[in-house]
Amino acid sequence: MIVLPIAVPLVAAALSLLLSRWRTAQRAISVLTCVAVVVLATVILFEADANTAIVSQLGGWPAPFGITLIADRFAAIMLLISSIMTVVVLVYALGQLDDEREFRLHFHPVYLVLSAGISASFLTGDLFNLFVAFEVMLIASYVLITLGATRGQIRAGMTYVVINLLASTLFVAAVAFIYAATGTVNMAQLAIRLAELPDGLRTALGYLLLVVFGVKAGIFPLFFWLPDSYPAAPAPVTALFAGLLTKVGVYTLIRTQTLLFPPGGGSSQVILIIAGATMLIGVLGAIAQNDIKRILSFHIISQIGYMIFGLGLFTLAGIAGAVYYIVHHIVVKTSLFLVGGMIETASGSGTLRNLGGVARRAPVLGLLFLTAAFSLAGLPPFSGFVAKLALIQEGLDLQRGGIVAVSLLVSLLTLFSMTKIWGGAFWGKPQDVKGVIDGTERPLTMKLNPLMLGATTVLVGLSVVISVAATPLYALSERAAETLVDRQPYIEAVLGPDQVALP
Amino acid sequence: MTLALAAVVAVLFAVGTYLLLQRTLTRVVLGLAIMGHGANLLLQLAGGRAGQPPVVEEGGGTAIVGSAGGAGFVDPLPQALALTAIVISFGMTAYLLAMAYRSWVMHRSDEVEDDVEDRRIARKATTADAAGDGR
Amino acid sequence: MRSSLILDTVTRGAFPLVLVFSLYLLFVGHNAPGGGFVGGLTAGAAFVLLYAGGGIQRVHEVVPMRYENVLGAGLLLAGVTGLGSLVLGEPFLSSAIVKWHPPLLGEIKLVTVLFFDIGVYVIVVGMVIALLTVLGAYGDDPDRMPSMVDRPATTRRDRRGIRRTRQ
Repeated sequence: MIVLPIAVPLVAAALSLLLSRWRTAQRAISVLTCVAVVVLATVILFEADANTAIVSQLGGWPAPFGITLIADRFAAIMLLISSIMTVVVLVYALGQLDDEREFRLHFHPVYLVLSAGISASFLTGDLFNLFVAFEVMLIASYVLITLGATRGQIRAGMTYVVINLLASTLFVAAVAFIYAATGTVNMAQLAIRLAELPDGLRTALGYLLLVVFGVKAGIFPLFFWLPDSYPAAPAPVTALFAGLLTKVGVYTLIRTQTLLFPPGGGSSQVILIIAGATMLIGVLGAIAQNDIKRILSFHIISQIGYMIFGLGLFTLAGIAGAVYYIVHHIVVKTSLFLVGGMIETASGSGTLRNLGGVARRAPVLGLLFLTAAFSLAGLPPFSGFVAKLALIQEGLDLQRGGIVAVSLLVSLLTLFSMTKIWGGAFWGKPQDVKGVIDGTERPLTMKLNPLMLGATTVLVGLSVVISVAATPLYALSERAAETLVDRQPYIEAVLGPDQVALP
Repeated sequence: MTLALAAVVAVLFAVGTYLLLQRTLTRVVLGLAIMGHGANLLLQLAGGRAGQPPVVEEGGGTAIVGSAGGAGFVDPLPQALALTAIVISFGMTAYLLAMAYRSWVMHRSDEVEDDVEDRRIARKATTADAAGDGR
Repeated sequence: MRSSLILDTVTRGAFPLVLVFSLYLLFVGHNAPGGGFVGGLTAGAAFVLLYAGGGIQRVHEVVPMRYENVLGAGLLLAGVTGLGSLVLGEPFLSSAIVKWHPPLLGEIKLVTVLFFDIGVYVIVVGMVIALLTVLGAYGDDPDRMPSMVDRPATTRRDRRGIRRTRQ
């Protein structure tokens, strides 16, 4: 059952390759598959929520020897939200990509492989299989980021590919060290055996994995590749990467740090310092930029700081806040990038200097952007406010004044850089566009494919739903955090109930 | 024996890192490939002493997987893991080469290009510094 | 690309041999050194030999399929094998062993994971062909390399000698 979100997109990718001459068939396969994964993910979430976790052993080999797939609540939440994103971005991409990119360069099969890789990363219960899932996801992302292979894309893609390959190599090395120390790669068994290791060795292994996943997640000081490479890809691809891929890194970071290397009571000073630096550097970078996609890319980094902040607290409420924050962030960030992409498509540029007056020329875009931007900055009553409130409250309860102060300052600066986009692109005089002044220009929204506008509107609507349904969603995040903090249910689900109790 | 192999791993990582820091794309690709070999060899070493059979003779022992190298045989699991890693690095190297080739076709240069935006901001910072000094 | 007489003659002899050896590796893979990936790489090496001797045309003469279809077929076979066990109520990728005693041949043991391996084999071969087609089609003359996006689709030259419909 839980193998289906991985296997179905792969089989669909194969069909899509075989039918690569029939465009409608390819589109239909992609849309149907992505919708099917949403349905599967919903079922998995309900089942996982009811039973704490659902487990499947590939090939029927018992737990420590075979490959384990496990969907606990956290994994199921991530699976559902990511599958919704793939549907929305796919619809947007159908409206935006030209035929060359969409069909001759095989957008559809690659996109499906990406979807399979993302699902596999969430569902795996095996450290080495996590590496394989990452690579499936990354190889698809390499193709998507260079889709079209223009000069700028090759340059930016090269940075992206090399950095990620380097991180993957380190990952293999880390798996080798961990296997040499413990003799297993099954995460549940690792949780037991790592606890028996000497403290120094365990800390070293933990930090090695922190570096590996830190590169993928884009935490300080390993974020430098992100704002450089993301803006080069086509708009829907950037939106999906911005919303999802770094969050897969954050997911694995939270998973490994809570399951394998819990700090043994109390918060982790190191992770909190990293969180503060990530927030601050990211938002300062955003302020210095002049291009919509680049500003938003730097914001990803500063937002990741908040999630790491929640992880660093290592308490139930802190991690619940981080889980809720991730869900909120994926939706809001993706919609901001989609709006940015529409502005770029409609007016031919993403640089603030060349833009202006979009609010008057396309009020819908203004409304969509404003809703998402306010949510990102954390203004009440939007979802970002709920997420930040949860984190800051817990930070204050634990008397972590420093990080709370940093996060409040960063919120303010986020709002400032959002007003920069607003002032530059939405207000002011339009530049270099004939017909704007005398009113003969067609409305900007007419230049957009209705699929793009529709997909973005649905997504912004979803972000409003997240704010309205904050209470049940936060309760779900808390239940997810329970299984993350108390590792016993996870281990029992994988290895069976007669396992050694954790110290 | 194992010490020699550990030294080989160290050398492979060192050479890989050196090549990775070059500006030429082909060297970067080679650097990543060599570093990948280092990581795979490390994975092999995790399985126990080299030169021993990967599977126990019948009746010769109990646990195989997860023993990290017991007496008289090596753990076969790291070898399977290394094989998977090799398969993946095969695909990755092919992709990197394709990109390096594409880059060469487009502007006849094998060098990593500068990021235009970065240059612009760096220039701005230098000008700001100069203005600050002049005051 | 100029072809060399020696290379061409050697290829004629070696190509089928290498292919047969790759199939051997594929079939013994379930309990001896070998398997889908290794077999596929060996077959891929045979195609590279073919390419070195006679250019990309020779490869397409031997495999008259678009590489997309080869890759797709392999992935489909592997995926469906995995899902098949799910349909039968077993976990994903479970394998069954069938033993068969035909006259004269002794025992033949068939493990269903073989179909998965065949899928992997086809994928690897497809990938090598794709590499040769995309990167190697222009030999040492990169000026003829088409730009991948700038040129409109209608004027695209069919470089694989295959009729392109619906484009």
